[in-house]
Amino acid sequence: MTTTPLAARGPRAWWRVPQRQVPVLATLALLLVMYGIGVSQYRAFSNIQVVFNIFIDNGFLLVVAVGMTFVILTGGIDLSVGSVVAMTAMVSASLLGDGVHPALVLLIALLIGPTLGFAMGCVIHFFDIQPFIVTLAGMFFARGMCTWISSTSIPITDGFWTSAAQERIRIGENFVTVSVLVALAVVAVAAYTLAYTRLGRNVYAIGGNQQSALLMGLPVGRTKIAVYTISGLCSAIGGILLSFYTLSGAPLIAVGMELDTIAAVVIGGTLLTGGSGYVFGTLLGVLVLGVIQTLITFDGSLSSWWTKIVIGGLLFAFILLQRLVGIRKK
Amino acid sequence: MSQRHPVLTMTAISKIFPGVRALNGVDFRLFPGEVHALMGENGAGKSTLIKVLTGVYSTDAGTITLDGQQVSFAGPMQATAAGVSTVYQEVNLLPNLSVAENIFIGREPRRLGSVNWREMRRRAKELLARIDLHIDVTELLGSYSLAVQQMVAIARAVDVNARVLILDEPTSSLDADEVAQLMRIMRQLRDDGIAIVFVTHFLDQVYGIADRITVLRNGRLVGEYPTAELPQIALVEKMIGKELDALERLDSETDRDRAAIAAGEPFVAADGLGRTGSVAPFSLTIHAGEVVGLAGLLGSGRTEVARLFFGADRADQGRLAVDGAPATIRNPVAAIDRGVAFCSENRRTEGLVGELSVRENIILAMQAARGWLRPVPRRKQDELVERYIKALSIRPANPDMPVRNLSGGNQQKVLLARWLITEPRLLILDEPTRGIDIGAKTEIQRLVAQLSDGGMAVLFISAELEEVLRLSHKVVVMRDRRLVAQLDNDDTLDADRVMRAIASGAEQEGLEKV
Amino acid sequence: MSTARTRLAGVTGHRLFWPLVVLVVLLAANTVYRPSFLSVELKNGHLYGSLIDILRLSAPLILVALGMSLVIATGGIDLSVGSVAAVCGAIACLYISEQPDQNSLGGVLTAVAIAFGIALLLGAWNGILVAGIGIQPIIATLILMVAGRGLAQLVTSGQIITINSEPYKTIGVGHLLTLPFAIIIALAVTLVVALLTRRTALGMIIEAVGGNAEASRLAGVRSRRITFLVYVVSAACAAVAGFMMTANVSSADGNAVGLWVELDAILAVVIGGTSLVGGRFYLSGTIVGALIIQTLTTSVYAMNIDPQTALLFKAVVVIAVCLIQAPAFRARFRRRQAPGVPPAAPVEKQKEQVPA
Repeated sequence: MTTTPLAARGPRAWWRVPQRQVPVLATLALLLVMYGIGVSQYRAFSNIQVVFNIFIDNGFLLVVAVGMTFVILTGGIDLSVGSVVAMTAMVSASLLGDGVHPALVLLIALLIGPTLGFAMGCVIHFFDIQPFIVTLAGMFFARGMCTWISSTSIPITDGFWTSAAQERIRIGENFVTVSVLVALAVVAVAAYTLAYTRLGRNVYAIGGNQQSALLMGLPVGRTKIAVYTISGLCSAIGGILLSFYTLSGAPLIAVGMELDTIAAVVIGGTLLTGGSGYVFGTLLGVLVLGVIQTLITFDGSLSSWWTKIVIGGLLFAFILLQRLVGIRKK
Repeated sequence: MSQRHPVLTMTAISKIFPGVRALNGVDFRLFPGEVHALMGENGAGKSTLIKVLTGVYSTDAGTITLDGQQVSFAGPMQATAAGVSTVYQEVNLLPNLSVAENIFIGREPRRLGSVNWREMRRRAKELLARIDLHIDVTELLGSYSLAVQQMVAIARAVDVNARVLILDEPTSSLDADEVAQLMRIMRQLRDDGIAIVFVTHFLDQVYGIADRITVLRNGRLVGEYPTAELPQIALVEKMIGKELDALERLDSETDRDRAAIAAGEPFVAADGLGRTGSVAPFSLTIHAGEVVGLAGLLGSGRTEVARLFFGADRADQGRLAVDGAPATIRNPVAAIDRGVAFCSENRRTEGLVGELSVRENIILAMQAARGWLRPVPRRKQDELVERYIKALSIRPANPDMPVRNLSGGNQQKVLLARWLITEPRLLILDEPTRGIDIGAKTEIQRLVAQLSDGGMAVLFISAELEEVLRLSHKVVVMRDRRLVAQLDNDDTLDADRVMRAIASGAEQEGLEKV
Repeated sequence: MSTARTRLAGVTGHRLFWPLVVLVVLLAANTVYRPSFLSVELKNGHLYGSLIDILRLSAPLILVALGMSLVIATGGIDLSVGSVAAVCGAIACLYISEQPDQNSLGGVLTAVAIAFGIALLLGAWNGILVAGIGIQPIIATLILMVAGRGLAQLVTSGQIITINSEPYKTIGVGHLLTLPFAIIIALAVTLVVALLTRRTALGMIIEAVGGNAEASRLAGVRSRRITFLVYVVSAACAAVAGFMMTANVSSADGNAVGLWVELDAILAVVIGGTSLVGGRFYLSGTIVGALIIQTLTTSVYAMNIDPQTALLFKAVVVIAVCLIQAPAFRARFRRRQAPGVPPAAPVEKQKEQVPA
């Protein structure tokens, strides 16, 4: 049977990049270019440990951004992540200070985030209030809890925590920390979930068109609640990683982190309107942010605020790119 | 065929919405292995019937049996599960996922709990090959044409084990090749024993494929006919019907001297005006004081013509002249500047701002034309609004009531008032009398006559032929997105002739062919 | 009797009813806690008292929220106001700090004018992204929200610019006609915005665009221009708020000025009864909303609770107000009250699974 004239519009040349991967590839290219600039400008940059340090310094951000990816893929947004990270760290530090067993602390800390996420998801789904407002309330709530627990920073001296923080896992000449392994594990699990489970595919479906997803018989409500719960869980894990990193819980830590995560997700090629994007893209997005910071640190003459300006510029560029890709589709 | 048992029977279905009896004791039968066209004009009750069937609405009376068992679905999902699937005009799939996934999402083949992509692709390919569609199933659905998307939707429905397939205006935005392809698939499915309900406005397609036709009008069943026994002209007659209401004749209207009106320079003249994919190029002139009636079935391109005159859509072919001088109308602002006004048929989505008051809705167009810096003085507002509330007898006569709380007829009058206070030279009315009560209808008709007597040009769109004939000096007939006839409304023109033009396009007997 | 009831229903049904109740309850709670709360006294020709403080401190929020009301009325949102406030405050302070005489009125006016001009440019940037390119407002303004913070720090070189300028300080803490100058500015801007929207047709046209964009277009409204305009107005309001915040402390910290003010402003607008979907907007409601937020913060201070903990209360208020306004929540609530309405076909529920 010959191809019908209708089908003739579908096939593509072998060299054409699938459209949905254009943004991710753009991010990858950007990352490589920036890394290349770093290596060509600064001799120390070529040391592999620089790359590992980016992972070490941004492990918690990566985990939180993965959770945010789920939410954004459904077309929602979660403003509470930064506060939940801080709250998790605070609760851990405070409980450890009271002498609670670290295993129990870990369990409690890991439960708080998902519980709050679940509650927010329920309000969003059942009462049909914008995610923006609901998670804003969640953000206020979690941040308020932080200072309610303590208005000052609580140091962590627990043995398990300190060893987790200081443990260096050697890879050849270089090393990474436990946090990096945890973060990479989260990325792997999330990537698998999104690509190979019904939950993951439903996340994409809702982001594509919630009404259609409903008509196709997909569990829209359950999935929406699930993504906010997942985001809460990721924030909780991120909070624990942060407490490993800083060995303390501080009420004002991770302020504004929600912006960094949203930026990382968007730069990673995920559409803010939902339905398109990859966890791998988010990983690249976080790395881009990390490399920018590292470059600015290496330069020495550039100040830290350039990070924000560059991130803003990149956001603009990627949103514009998304629009162009979107327009070409039509 | 009728010896067999119907797969689906709907008996004495009634559905009442506040103030409207949308369905009134309608019967509908569907046999396996047939294509059954469901026909009717706007407000006839087609979509209500389908929504009742698929469980979007509950019935107020009547029963539905599927395979001899009485059913009542709580929603489309349940209906799908029971084997009744619907494919809509605006494909309800997920453009951001691959073709394969769109067919299988929610019931993906799995291995050890994870989605088995390879198996999914294989089965998708197989399934599409059966309807002779050979496309890359890994490509995003959104990258294919609407026609392909519709076929994918059909493939999904069939694979979910549909025995009843409802195609709700699937061909409205397809070109001829695509329609042919879709028809072929429909035939194939019919031969496989699936019962297909086909909702469309295209008569050719109905006669090309349907085995039987059920016609609805005003929420009632007109009848069920084998296609072969129902000539096109009879079908159109049954769909449009004769105006039964004994409305008074507006004789003053038709008496006027048409020659005098048409003698002068036309107010607007379209020359080969058209828009790809929307309406084929057409030429049409409208004179001051002239009422041009636009007849044709729903979806025939009536509204599209109006939108081009108003700049709501941009024409991509042809020329337009206003007062004899070439004019480009790129947007509504430009049209309004030249004295064109447009009352859309979708009052709620394209006409009124529901949240705003009657007063604000009436003032809106005038205010927009003046710019926000020069507000219409309150006293003038009061005067205008009061005057038009009285003149059009808008009820309740409260200018500060949110317009969404008004009935359909009164909303229509508010929309009319909005344009009348701008004193337009050409008033385009798209189905101004649809879905409103008889009293308001007569008032609006009388108003149109008065306005044109006063020298306003009117483009009057209506599905009701009686109404068009009563008001117009000239009747323009649309069919399948092209202008097929322009008929002078002299004493010889009657509903039959117009219907014939609608049914079969431009014909002999001295009709001006376009 | 029935008229009394309908009148009562009319009062409780008024959109300002619940916000005002909340405000009164907050004020009452403060008075119970500290009876002197309501007293206002005149010292050296200036009015002092907790109520005056609340008014003064809420001035920047009122300004930002006014602009935000207009943006939200068109169906948009402006996340960048905090950053715009920071940039403008920083620019004004930087310019003043470079003057030989920081107390010269001319220098201060020039500084304010320059910063205000920059704010208009930033607003225009947002407006172009939303109205021109057609990017979703929440995303478009996110760009400036992130980059603006960096710009503010760039202006201040990451330092806190401290100035010693009496005229500039007046904007934040000065007095005029016994009232704090900030209150007068807020009043003046409120008046200007109210006149701008309600004395011209701008308000109605904004509501028409937000209520039904397509219908407005077909009525001849140039909705793009209107959308563009509201983002410029919003940025202008944010700039004035930025002057106030920096003048309050006579210094500009690019990192801290206007932090999270966008969230408070959105909150104030929503509490005031304007729907996030767009359409009708209520400037009076917005102001009540802003006052509620500031009263909440002030009370928490007064009761010696950590200010950050005030966020807990804020969270409760946000959720409560949004739930009261959410149609889905009301429907649920009403259903529970009126048992006459049967729940939708519970028997059929089991069959809902689609066979795989």
